[in-house]
Amino acid sequence: MNVPAEPFAAEIVAVDDHTFVRREMQAALPPPRRQVGIIGWMRENLFSSILNTILTLVGIALVLLIVPPLVRFLVIDAVWTGDNREACLAPGTGACWPFVKAKFGQFIYGFYPIDQRWRVNVVFALGAALLAPLLVLSWPGKKLNAFLFFGVYPVIAFILLTGGNINASAFLLQRFNLIRPLTGDVTVAGLNVAFWADYILTAVGAGLGALLGNARGLARAVAATMLVLGVIILAWDIDFGLQPVETRQWGGLLVTLVIAVTGIVTSLPLGILLALGRRSKMPIVRLLSIIFIEFWRGVPLITVLFFATYMLPLFLPTGTNPDGLLRALVGVAMFTAAYLAETVRGGLQAIPKGQYEGAMAMGLTWGQMMRLIILPQALTLVIPSIVNSFISLFKDTTLVLIVSIFDFLGQLRAAFTDPNWASPVTLYTGFAFAGIVYFLFCFGMSRYSMFVERRLDTSHRH
Amino acid sequence: MAELAGTERGARSGTSFINDPKVRSIVLQVVALVLVVVLGWMFIGNARENLAAQKIATGFGFLDNTAGFGISQTLIPYSETSTYGRAFLVGLLNTILVAVVGIIVATIIGFLVGIGRLSKNFVVRLLSTTYVEVLRNLPPLFQILFWYLAVLSALPGPRQSISLFGEVFLSNRGIIIPRPIFGEGSGTVLLAFGAGILLTVLLSSWSNARREETGRGLPMLWIGLGLVIGLPLIVMIAAGFPLTFERPELKGFNFAGGTRVIPEFVALTLALSTYTAAFIAENVRSGIQSVSKGQTEAAYSLGLKPSLTLRLVVIPQALRVIIPPLTNQYLNLTKNSSLAVGIGYPDLVAVFAGTSLNQTGQAIEIIAITMGVYLLLSIITSTIMNAYNRRIALVER
Amino acid sequence: MKRLLSTLALCGAFGLAAAGAQAAKLDQIKSKGFIQCGVSQGLPGFSTPDDKGNWTGIDVDFCRAVASAIFDDPTKVKFTPLSAKDRFTALQSGDIDILSRNTTWTISRDTSLGLNFAGVIYYDGQGFMIRKDKKVNSAMELSGASVCTQTGTTTEQNLADFFRANNMTYEVIAFATNDEVVKAYDAGRCDVLTTDRSGLAGERLKLTNPDDHIVLPEIISKEPLGPAVSHGDDQWFDIVKWVYFAQLNAEELGVNQKNVEEQLKSANPEVKRLLGTEGKFGEGMGLTNDWAYRIVKHVGNYGEMYDRNVGPDTPLKLARGVNALWNKGGLQYGMPIR
Repeated sequence: MNVPAEPFAAEIVAVDDHTFVRREMQAALPPPRRQVGIIGWMRENLFSSILNTILTLVGIALVLLIVPPLVRFLVIDAVWTGDNREACLAPGTGACWPFVKAKFGQFIYGFYPIDQRWRVNVVFALGAALLAPLLVLSWPGKKLNAFLFFGVYPVIAFILLTGGNINASAFLLQRFNLIRPLTGDVTVAGLNVAFWADYILTAVGAGLGALLGNARGLARAVAATMLVLGVIILAWDIDFGLQPVETRQWGGLLVTLVIAVTGIVTSLPLGILLALGRRSKMPIVRLLSIIFIEFWRGVPLITVLFFATYMLPLFLPTGTNPDGLLRALVGVAMFTAAYLAETVRGGLQAIPKGQYEGAMAMGLTWGQMMRLIILPQALTLVIPSIVNSFISLFKDTTLVLIVSIFDFLGQLRAAFTDPNWASPVTLYTGFAFAGIVYFLFCFGMSRYSMFVERRLDTSHRH
Repeated sequence: MAELAGTERGARSGTSFINDPKVRSIVLQVVALVLVVVLGWMFIGNARENLAAQKIATGFGFLDNTAGFGISQTLIPYSETSTYGRAFLVGLLNTILVAVVGIIVATIIGFLVGIGRLSKNFVVRLLSTTYVEVLRNLPPLFQILFWYLAVLSALPGPRQSISLFGEVFLSNRGIIIPRPIFGEGSGTVLLAFGAGILLTVLLSSWSNARREETGRGLPMLWIGLGLVIGLPLIVMIAAGFPLTFERPELKGFNFAGGTRVIPEFVALTLALSTYTAAFIAENVRSGIQSVSKGQTEAAYSLGLKPSLTLRLVVIPQALRVIIPPLTNQYLNLTKNSSLAVGIGYPDLVAVFAGTSLNQTGQAIEIIAITMGVYLLLSIITSTIMNAYNRRIALVER
Repeated sequence: MKRLLSTLALCGAFGLAAAGAQAAKLDQIKSKGFIQCGVSQGLPGFSTPDDKGNWTGIDVDFCRAVASAIFDDPTKVKFTPLSAKDRFTALQSGDIDILSRNTTWTISRDTSLGLNFAGVIYYDGQGFMIRKDKKVNSAMELSGASVCTQTGTTTEQNLADFFRANNMTYEVIAFATNDEVVKAYDAGRCDVLTTDRSGLAGERLKLTNPDDHIVLPEIISKEPLGPAVSHGDDQWFDIVKWVYFAQLNAEELGVNQKNVEEQLKSANPEVKRLLGTEGKFGEGMGLTNDWAYRIVKHVGNYGEMYDRNVGPDTPLKLARGVNALWNKGGLQYGMPIR
């Protein structure tokens, strides 16, 4: 059996010796030109069938129909300098950019006093400086950063934007009609003394009550709460020497951002509470949460804003008149909280039951379980959806226009009626500018949410 | 031992009240309930007091009073002498009209664009992606205003209308089309139309049952078309064309005759449906992507054409993923129709919570009715969609 | 849990203290330190904000006059811009203290809406504006026209009455704000813009080419425009009413911003009673006796207010007409101060 093997081996050696036999394999021929390169790509992707060809041609026609006129309007034929409508009246002119330039201050700040605008700039800059490291996932010190952004920044921003000296104790007193019979003539100083007397009495009373009820922890908690609250109210009483700017004077992008940021910051905790409430085993709590969530999800934001802006004082004690912007903010926050609650609920449902059982087996209380085990996982899961809610909140801020708060879009519309800039292209220029601004914000956020989604994706998908 | 047990019991009795989960949960619920009731009671008390102090009329009697204002689009007969109740109905119907038309258009565009985003064709994919990204990232109110103001000022006045075949006119007063006038015998045509639809439904269910059994169905598309369109046509010819058209004519300021679709309606429906379509497209895309590739490959290996694969294998499975978010989009569109107030379209919010509220001053009643109606619309829409969802849901055996 | 309980305890403690008696409007205003005044969202001559957010106009000046009477300071007033459709709700709910927003005085508003009109700042009537190139000279030729107007105004109802009474057809497109009405009219959505004639004069200035538009001669309604307060506080109603009468009396007596200091020394008993050098009329309303002096000093009399905002020297170019004083052939009649 070995015999045939030998000549075979010899033959191979012999073949190797022949010089006319190719040593290397011949390189593969390039594929037909119709299947590679641009032509192949086009055949594959654009003209693979009759239907596809038609679609491609229609698509290209559409692009040609839209893009060149747009570029011509926005850049080539656009007017870049000018002081009033005269510059933009010539027939065939494109975008009237001087109009945007002239109104730019109003678009950003509204009627915020010009010499005070630096305060808004500081708030913007500070916000950006704190937000940027928070968004970069690998940046260290997230806890401190989050505390600064969610805890300290709002206070600073509030003080800078309003002027800070709102005199909270007098404000509270006046709202609740406290001690009026005692002091007779209403002076702020007298009220202050009365307020603090009442405040300390309440604190001591509540603390003592708790102590008598043999709950030392409760007494400590009451004392701590009253102390923190007292410090906050006291801080509000400090005059920071800034000129007060009431919210009626705010406008433009400032209002848009204030509503969007406050809306999301306040609605997130509320949304989490509601989501927990809806999944609670306590029937009344669950029912109340469901009613709340479904109510706010079922009605249009416009009616909510109308109610909050014009009807709310009817339901409050006479003379109680919260700030107009604040009222809109509360409406927006409630509305967003209901949507966020559903988002968070989705995240809670996605956590495997084993996590709950494991936590309970470790002897954690319900609060500890939620705080340490469930919520961190659930919230991480729904970060992209939260960003999406934020995007829709950002877009929904335009609705405050209907209740006479001039956000970015509102200022734009107000600018349209300025006869100094009335020209055939003013309208389109304004829409183009606002469109670009809104698009940049929303598109940026949606890209970020996608990025986070990819980064945090821990599922083992293949 | 006895001592130990004693301390244990003592410790338990010292803390049991606060730490007993049952007691806690009851206390918490009672507190929550009391808080809500007290708040509600305070709200109602304050409102009653404030209203009484100002002697503002209350109650729902105003619904029978004469409204005395005009409305630009009415689906049911309405005049200035009609009541507020009638105005409410007009507004409600206008809202429903926008919602229904918007939902249909948005669904069609959304499915096309969503499938387009997964197309192999580069140009189609690029266009679909651009469409979704641009429209999704602009506020709806902005888009409504844009369609209304920008397009409106680009259109000519009624005298210089753009006309199509001299029958349809497009101007800044809207789209004017000939109005069909039904003459004698049109009732039978309508009857034939209804009969056609009924027959189609019956036949198709029979055909489906037969296909299940024998694998052979009827070509329902052609039969259905023939029944729904052909049957009434034959009856109409037999009845000697009872249908005539009233052609729009330019008279004075505006067109007289014909049916007019007002620009506010066009702008609102267009903006809402294109905006919502961008979201629907994303739902459709993720739904289709959720169907595993094996399904498509199996279908191909069975010899199904791509179009059939999409229709018979992919879409039915994708729908299970698509329907729940689709419901949300439908609800959003319905609620967003209240933005009509920004461009003067007479919807429920503009007519009822706007003009009527202002004239009667009964804010609480009117806002309560308005919110209630929207809640009801939401519940109806989600009930219908949930029922549909249950029908197509995966039946696990 | 504990924290929740403590918060609840806190709320409870404050809640108990919160049950207090209702205060009168004037006391509320004095303690908060300003008047909240509802104005329009921008109607030249009546109430309009400039580029910096400063409000001007005859309606705005009236609120300043009320603030002067109470605080001796015309800046102690905050303005809430309101659309026509939201204005009454804002007043009813107490969101604003006074509605000074070119509002027509009608019986239904006075009774079932719970308003009290304090006077008529401007006697007006509804008119129509139309493009010149439509070649229309009379409102009677408007049959079939599309009409733009603002929702929630008497204009909307008058329009319905006018066309019905004259057997003409029309199409109404009603917008929520003034600016939308003007924009839609400018874009050609409608043939005619209708509102009060003073309003037409103001809106015309906002159009791309104001000279292409004319106001038709017909006046189809009575529109007495004035400030309103809500029912239930007579003292506050009296104050607003008498601020208006004081301004009329000041014009009638020739007391104006320039000569008001000299007039303090006047021997004319009527002037003395007006400026508070004789009698205690201010105290009767809960104000100081020099209340009218403060008004004239800071804001001026009615005539000055008129001329400054809507008069012939302003872009609106409105002649006094029926708004002249009663002794000059007009309707403005200040009740005697005595």
